[in-house]
Amino acid sequence: MLRNEKWYGYLFISPMVLGFAAFLLGPILTAFFMSFTDWSLLRDISFVGFDNYKKAFADDPVFWETVGNTLYFSAGLVPLNLSLALGLALLLKKKLPGIDFFRTALFTPVVTSLVVWSIVFKYIFATDAGLINQALRILGLEGPAWLYHLELTMPVVIVVSVLKNVGLNMVIFLAALHDVPKMYYEAASLDGASRWKTLTNVTLPLISPSVFLALILTLIGSLKVFGQIYIMTGGGPGTSTYVLVYYIYQQAFKLYEFGYASAIAFILFFIVFLLTLLQWSVRKRWVHHEE
Amino acid sequence: MRSNRRGSLLSNTIAYVLLTLVTLIILVPFFWMVTTSLKHQTKIFLFPPQWIPSPIVWGNYIEVFSRQPFHLYFFNSTYIAVLVTAGTCLFASLAGYAFAKIKFPFKNTIFLILLSSMMIPTEVTAIPLFEWMSALHLVNTHFPLIVPPMLGAYGMFGVFLLRQFFITVPSDLDEAAKIDGCTPWTTFCRIMFPLCVPALATLCIFVFLHSWNEFFDPLIYLSSSKLYTLPLALSLFTDQSGTEWHLLMAASVLATLPLLIVFFFAQKKFIEGVAMTGIK
Repeated sequence: MLRNEKWYGYLFISPMVLGFAAFLLGPILTAFFMSFTDWSLLRDISFVGFDNYKKAFADDPVFWETVGNTLYFSAGLVPLNLSLALGLALLLKKKLPGIDFFRTALFTPVVTSLVVWSIVFKYIFATDAGLINQALRILGLEGPAWLYHLELTMPVVIVVSVLKNVGLNMVIFLAALHDVPKMYYEAASLDGASRWKTLTNVTLPLISPSVFLALILTLIGSLKVFGQIYIMTGGGPGTSTYVLVYYIYQQAFKLYEFGYASAIAFILFFIVFLLTLLQWSVRKRWVHHEE
Repeated sequence: MRSNRRGSLLSNTIAYVLLTLVTLIILVPFFWMVTTSLKHQTKIFLFPPQWIPSPIVWGNYIEVFSRQPFHLYFFNSTYIAVLVTAGTCLFASLAGYAFAKIKFPFKNTIFLILLSSMMIPTEVTAIPLFEWMSALHLVNTHFPLIVPPMLGAYGMFGVFLLRQFFITVPSDLDEAAKIDGCTPWTTFCRIMFPLCVPALATLCIFVFLHSWNEFFDPLIYLSSSKLYTLPLALSLFTDQSGTEWHLLMAASVLATLPLLIVFFFAQKKFIEGVAMTGIK
């Protein structure tokens, strides 16, 4: 009986191990291999060495614009999302009457489909019939074409994305705040610390592991932004909202340049990989907080 | 003491005002979606805008179904999400149990390798997977939307979650079952699987939600309209020039409502399930 046990172990994990090999490890290795070829539906496949990477870094201005746009999106989204989420979590922590209503309402966009959310905001920001511009017109102002404007479109997408997902970090922070032992607050108030001092010297350091985790996860998520761009702007106007995954989608599934698309995808994977390593190594040092 | 109380009254008022403000901003899109979905076509571009539609046109919801096979999209989204969820729960709990309770060589190494794959973005694996699916003639079927997520990204997350859960189950239970002559399979079916139902509920919500809302995979794999899922169908609605916003909003309400209703009844589990992404 006991001698059989290990075979049961292997049997039980086999579906997931096979799935891992077929749908994760296999594809990621193949993507790496493909990134060194000119794999395409249009040509016979041949090995091209680092050409795809060279093309991306040296010969393709759209790639650099895409990288710039993605970083712009992340640089706008991450601080806005985290600070708003932290602020809301601090307010919700107060346990005032009716506070559950706010928590539920603020979390609702997280469970709403990104496609629906983006469509509704595409309508709200529409130039003529959009709610925003109609409201501005009531005030006697003429609103801009929000989604067809070189400087305004990306900020609009950032705000829409923050509103969609701020509830997620909010509940992560709320859980972290509830885990802070009460005695720290009592000690701080005995010492006569002001609220601001208590926040910066007690609360924030104690929840910093959660904040860091949320920071990395939000950053990784923002580097993979796709749905809201596809629906709200289609990468435009021009290429002003092209982001990495949108460019990968274009190259792979519109132009069928699988080799080049794989190279860009691999650059994305490499960045995510580095960020994950950073998260793991920093987290190890913080383990004592998480006990 | 008195000034303290006045201070907290003031800060509570500020808290309410701020929360109300942000909540209003977040609820406006929902309100506008519902309002627009009940407007007559001619009132969409009216200025100033109608906050409450008059007349209220329930017929928009019927027209959605007559314009497109919306019931098919509903069916597709539902059955795909149910299959992915059921499969993930079954295979993840089996593997999670094995990693937590059964002794076999290289157990921890294998687990760590599986765990590390959670950082692989699905956007990167999509290109080779698409190639393979097209070689197997599985493009434009639902297969790539069901099996790869179930045994791939969602599956690995489930294994991690369920292993964490089974570690907390006392080993006495396992030992007792073994002495009673249970094989690991019967132990799993009769004792362990029923025990992990609370953890599975969290996983179910996480997987169902992601599968129901998934957009990238349907977009690259599906081309026949009878195979569309709800998000894909909605996104293609907007592509057509001269979007009929009242119908699009009605369709959006229909696609959102089922999940929102479940969410309001099982908020705790939902928030837990979604916030779980934070712990990996």
